[in-house]
Order: sequence, then structure tokens, then C-alpha cells
Amino acid sequence: MLVQVLFYAFSAVLIAAALGVVVTRNPVHSAMCLVLAFFTSAAIWLLIEAEFLAIVLVLVYVGAVMVLFLFVVMMLDINVEEVKRGFTRYAWLGWLIAFLVIAQIVGVVWFRGLGIDATQGAVPLPADYSNTRELGAVLYTQYVYPFELAAVLLLLAIVAAISLTMRRRPGLKAQDVARQVAVRREDRVRLVKMDAVTRDAPAPRQDGEGKAP
Amino acid sequence: MITLQQLLTLSGILFALSFAGIFLNRKNVILLLMCIELMLLAVNFNFVAFSRFLGDLDGQVFVFFVLTVAAAEAAIGLAILVVLFRERRTISVEDLDTMKG
Repeated sequence: MLVQVLFYAFSAVLIAAALGVVVTRNPVHSAMCLVLAFFTSAAIWLLIEAEFLAIVLVLVYVGAVMVLFLFVVMMLDINVEEVKRGFTRYAWLGWLIAFLVIAQIVGVVWFRGLGIDATQGAVPLPADYSNTRELGAVLYTQYVYPFELAAVLLLLAIVAAISLTMRRRPGLKAQDVARQVAVRREDRVRLVKMDAVTRDAPAPRQDGEGKAP
Repeated sequence: MITLQQLLTLSGILFALSFAGIFLNRKNVILLLMCIELMLLAVNFNFVAFSRFLGDLDGQVFVFFVLTVAAAEAAIGLAILVVLFRERRTISVEDLDTMKG
């Protein structure tokens, strides 16, 4: 009963947050609504006992992706007034299709049946069941090759993002590491051969100075 | 007790809202990316729900990979967006109708 009440409460917050993402005009408010949506989704995933993914959702999405979104929103100087114009031109089409999608999914899920008994709750898991351990056991044995591919994909994304956004500014004073490393001794050090100066001897000849060895 | 029907309905509503958002926010590429993230969240909801109710962990593994791809997509998409804004000083979709760089 408590789970049911919590589910309805979180679902209401989630739908409100999704509406906020869609209809808010300020991109920062949209991003904040999206953060709220991710948090409530994580709570609902906790309610259906998918703990690992709930935590990963908060860490990856709220901690990384949404921070990136907020950075970009604040970096770009967007004219909110200009963005506001032309808002309602295709709005009716969007809402119509959204309504159709909802009606179809409700019709299929509630009236057609899915081939399984969808009106029952999930089989309760034993108290010592660890979602993380089970997921790790599958991920590192059966799915180890896709796992490594995902790692390569993330590396590719890092390289792509950096190489896309890096630019050379003219007149910027920066270290050229390659030239620093490639410098030779002959370019920097100049040995000057001089005669030893003694008290009684005559002064050394002037033309010996400045001659590199 | 949460039933599968409730979860699927919730994810359907979420997907429909983000779909409407793509129609509504045609001026702003950042909001389009956010709507795509919301769509992926709705899809992940279905994966987690079916995985849990069928007792099969493969769905949750797939959600893991969807999260990975979504993170990469967001990073590259935002990088492209920054470059685009630097070039054109706009992120409105309607102004982006030429392929010439």
C-alpha cells in the first residue's frame, strides 16, 4: 500500500517535471525540470527493485549529462525572447500525436493484454538478493564484449567532443610543448673560449670572444 | 504493489510528452536534445519494467548500454552545438537549412 502511494506520488512529480521540460521557455528551467525527472525516475526504479540502475541514473545523468547541459546553456548566449516566438505554430500537431500515442499505449496495455499477466506485481525478491552483484555477474561474463565496446565508445566520445570544440585563438601566448622538447643543446648553449686572466699578463685579445666552439 | 500496466502507462505518457516537446520546441536545439534524453528515459523505463517482471536481467544490462550511448550522444551533440553557435550565432533549427559550412 505504501509502495503504491509512493509510486503514484513519484509518477505525478515525474509527469509534472516532464511537462515542465517541454513547456518552459527558459532552457535553464528546462534543465532543472529534467534533473527532477531523473531523480523521480531513480526513485521509481528503486521501488521496483532495480537499485543499481537507479543509482547509475542519478550519477550519470544528474551528475554528468545534466551538468554538461547546464554548462552549454550558460555558455551560449541565447536570446530567450527570440526563442519564444513561433511557439504555437505546430503545437496542436504535437499534442495530437502525444494524445494518440498515449491512447494507443493505454489501449494495448490495459485492454488488449500483453501475453503475460500484467495485472500482478512482480515476484518479490529474497532479502539477501543483490541487484548489483547479479548485474555484475552477467555484465562481466556474458556481456563482456559489448562492455568493452561501450568503453571504446566513451573514449571516442571524449576525443570527438574535445577535437570538435578545441580552437586556436590568434595572438594567444601558450607553450609549444613539441618545440620545447625538440630543442637541441646547440640552439641554446654557446661556449665561449677565453684566455685565463692573470694579474701580470696582458689583457686577452678581443677577437676570441663571441666565437662559438 | 506496482503492476506492469502502471509502469508501461507511465513510460508511455513520458514518451508522448517528450514527443510533443520535439514538436513544440523547434526553435531551440538544446531543448530538442533534452527531449531526446527524456525519450530515452521512457524507453529505459520499459526495459527495466519488463526485465523486472519477466525475471530476466538482460533488460537491465541493456539499460546500462543505453545510458552509455546516451552520455556519448549528449557529449558529442553539445560539442556540435557549441561549434554551431560559434559559427552562426544561433541555435534555432529554422536557421540551419544550408549544408554549406
